[in-house]
Amino acid sequence: MSNEQRDRLPISFTLNDQPMRVEIDPAERLLDVLRYRLGLTGTKEGCAEGECGACTVLLDGLPVDSCLVPAYQVRGRRVETVESLDAESLATYHASGATQCGACTPGVVMTASWIVRHPEVLGRGSVRELMAGNLCRCTGYDGIIEGIEDAIPDRGGA
Amino acid sequence: MLRREGLSKLTGRERYVDDLPVDDVLWGATVRSPEPRGRIAEIRYSPTVDWSEFVIVDHTDIPGRNAVYLIEYDQPALAPGYVRHVHEPVLLLAHPSREAVRRAAREVEVIVEPDPPVLDFRIDPGPPLVQYGVDNVLKRLSILKGDVERALSAAPIVVEGVYETGAQEHVYLETQGMLAYLDGDVLVIKGSMQCPYYVLKALKPALDRTEAGIRVIQTPTGGGFGGKEEFPSMVALHAGLLALKSGRPVKLIYDRPEDMVATTKRHPSRIRHRTGVDEDGRLLAQDIEVVMDGGAYVTLTPVVLSRSMIHAAGPYSCDNVRILGRAMFTNSVPFGAFRGFGNPQAHFALERHMDVIAHTLGMDPAELRRINLIRDGQTTATGQVIRDGVDRIRNLDRALELSGVERRRREHWLFNAEHRYLRRGIGMAAFYHGAGFTGRGEVMLDSRVQVEGRADGRAEVLCASVEMGQGQITAFVQLAAARLHYDPDDILIAEPDTQRVPDSGPTVGSRTVMVVGRLVERACDDLRRRLGLGEGLGGDELKRAIADWHASHPGERLLGSARYEPPPGIAWDEEHYRGDAYGAFGWAAQVAEVEVDLRTYEVQVRDFVSVQDVGTVINPTLARGQVQGGVAQGISWALLEHCAFQNGALANGQLTNYLIPTSADLPPIRVEFSEVPYEHGAQGAKGIGELPLVGSAPAVLNAVAVAVGRQPTEIPLTPERLMALLDDPVPPAKRRESDL
Repeated sequence: MSNEQRDRLPISFTLNDQPMRVEIDPAERLLDVLRYRLGLTGTKEGCAEGECGACTVLLDGLPVDSCLVPAYQVRGRRVETVESLDAESLATYHASGATQCGACTPGVVMTASWIVRHPEVLGRGSVRELMAGNLCRCTGYDGIIEGIEDAIPDRGGA
Repeated sequence: MLRREGLSKLTGRERYVDDLPVDDVLWGATVRSPEPRGRIAEIRYSPTVDWSEFVIVDHTDIPGRNAVYLIEYDQPALAPGYVRHVHEPVLLLAHPSREAVRRAAREVEVIVEPDPPVLDFRIDPGPPLVQYGVDNVLKRLSILKGDVERALSAAPIVVEGVYETGAQEHVYLETQGMLAYLDGDVLVIKGSMQCPYYVLKALKPALDRTEAGIRVIQTPTGGGFGGKEEFPSMVALHAGLLALKSGRPVKLIYDRPEDMVATTKRHPSRIRHRTGVDEDGRLLAQDIEVVMDGGAYVTLTPVVLSRSMIHAAGPYSCDNVRILGRAMFTNSVPFGAFRGFGNPQAHFALERHMDVIAHTLGMDPAELRRINLIRDGQTTATGQVIRDGVDRIRNLDRALELSGVERRRREHWLFNAEHRYLRRGIGMAAFYHGAGFTGRGEVMLDSRVQVEGRADGRAEVLCASVEMGQGQITAFVQLAAARLHYDPDDILIAEPDTQRVPDSGPTVGSRTVMVVGRLVERACDDLRRRLGLGEGLGGDELKRAIADWHASHPGERLLGSARYEPPPGIAWDEEHYRGDAYGAFGWAAQVAEVEVDLRTYEVQVRDFVSVQDVGTVINPTLARGQVQGGVAQGISWALLEHCAFQNGALANGQLTNYLIPTSADLPPIRVEFSEVPYEHGAQGAKGIGELPLVGSAPAVLNAVAVAVGRQPTEIPLTPERLMALLDDPVPPAKRRESDL
């Protein structure tokens, strides 16, 4: 098919603190490059239109929906995925029941880690409001919100 | 205990079906009907595509019977020349490129000569529209108790009402997906599902294979809610057909729009109540008619109708009850299992109607419920005597107390008087849900569980129940560890694999912990018995005994097993729908507080209290999560989730215009358990998964009714519908700071 013949585009970026170089299709989404070229399947596709947040990654430290990011746009930038998080940093979510089926979870914990790293954003809204970009169908959100609040240093977190 | 697979999910290591690396894989896609009803006249393949690159499967490639079998053989796997709903599968494609196959699926045109479709289940069809039986009735049932006509004509007050509920999409965050490949002669199916043995049951006749020729393995499942009860059989069959024809592994993964438009939804309903009461509010007669939209094929509809009707008279004692029900064929995507399985529809109508009765009598709705709630020794609509020690009145009062109802009502009165545009109100619902299969259903399932004592002394639970987020793995680890006096780390839970685990029934109906969990306990006991150890023995002593047994039985397996046995004294008359419908019921009361904005017609739920009796709570964190998640789905079914059907097809099949709640749309959901143990459930547990959803929509709508002083009868109560209900809106006046 003609689209398969398009030129490959080599890109370099920082992925989970490691330099990464990969050849992509110019039309590819960051989500597909992560999942299908690099095997980082922690990041999930939930809706492919920026509604659900299951594909959330951090781009230069800010949460973005990787289904909406053309992969070439991450050239020279810093991408962090759920694979960069260690179990210790996730303990409060584990204890609060923040994950049930787990399909929204990688996106949830990426947004959550942004809040926890930058608690000053809570001046712009509560945890409940700041998490509104990540849909969860299992928990009703209370377990997620409790886990984030427990992880924030001033609020009982480490 | 923390969730067993929790860290695997939190770190993104959990591998769902689309995450599995597969060499040489083909990607599948489904070509669907554009029309709700008609003959397939032609299939046109666009000349812009090189079709020689594609594997193409149609109904002639089905080696066995062209049906997705569960209750009936009526639903084709691939339309054999005639279609009965929009998005009905017609053709399957596969190609090495995921993008290419999705593009190609749009380049096939299915030309249908349309016949007139049935699109409204509430209207009796004329002869040209009849497509099932003689009247399009998929199932008709009745429940009779006492003499309703006599009681109604003698009743001093009769209150009538008609209530409607819409369809609801599951929106599990992981879409439907299957991987199929051949391992020698065995077709292996791996994927997202609630019921591995249902998939096996559907594949055998369609693929003309024996049980030995098909191996179904559940992969970690990203939410189900009933949406992965029967539909995965279709996806598995399609993936299997492509794998058989191509000889290569095939992944068939739905994207969100396809998942939303093509899969089952909650049954829309219209329920009519005619209720006789005396001046004190005592229920004298309940005359109830339940009508459901079944969609284009039978799927699970008869069973959904049955559960809906059994619960339709609610958790109340009434001597004269008549419940007549039918499910109608329509040329719509088939409706199917969804958390609550017909009971949320029943309780929306009933509990909304109870508030209408209270309003008619000028009574406190809580008092109306207190008077009529079933006391131990009284009977349900089917004549089942309830004697479980649960204090249903206390649970209602506890929910009201936690909500601060007295104080709130005073505050709302002042608030509503002060505010021009904002109205607050508080509402409640009392409800119940039978756990496990109905009537003799559990006996028919004949569920089995094994617990294997492994050579290293650890124990492995072998069953077909699946983890889909609800906590089955963790609960079973806890149950087995407690029974064997083991550390939880020494309990393994086998991957659900039909060639390795026995059939312990489907993961549905709030039956997993109560019914299958009890089998886990009994299989643990059997393991101990096989080693000659007495009751209560376990731990290191058991581990040593297991190791010794293996030393003297090299190469053999040590299996404890259990098979379902009904609790004593349970009797069900399937023909007359009389008797003990369920072994146990969960009971609950919920209170919602809402604020309605009369400018935007938005409803915000400000507070929600849920008091649940689910027997013994096995894991408080997981149980609380089940209740909060179920309530969230019920709130959004009541207010947000509008399935807009056009010509029998979902017109808003995207998360952009089909809304499910964000964190900001929901209040904290406050949960309290009242734990009255059920002696035949694991550790005293009853079902939990469905109950919380059942009474959420009526609590919210009852609060809205109080807030706005009108009686809404239809959900979802979207802003548009609320605007229509309040045809006399508060006139605009000077804007006040306090309204903003």
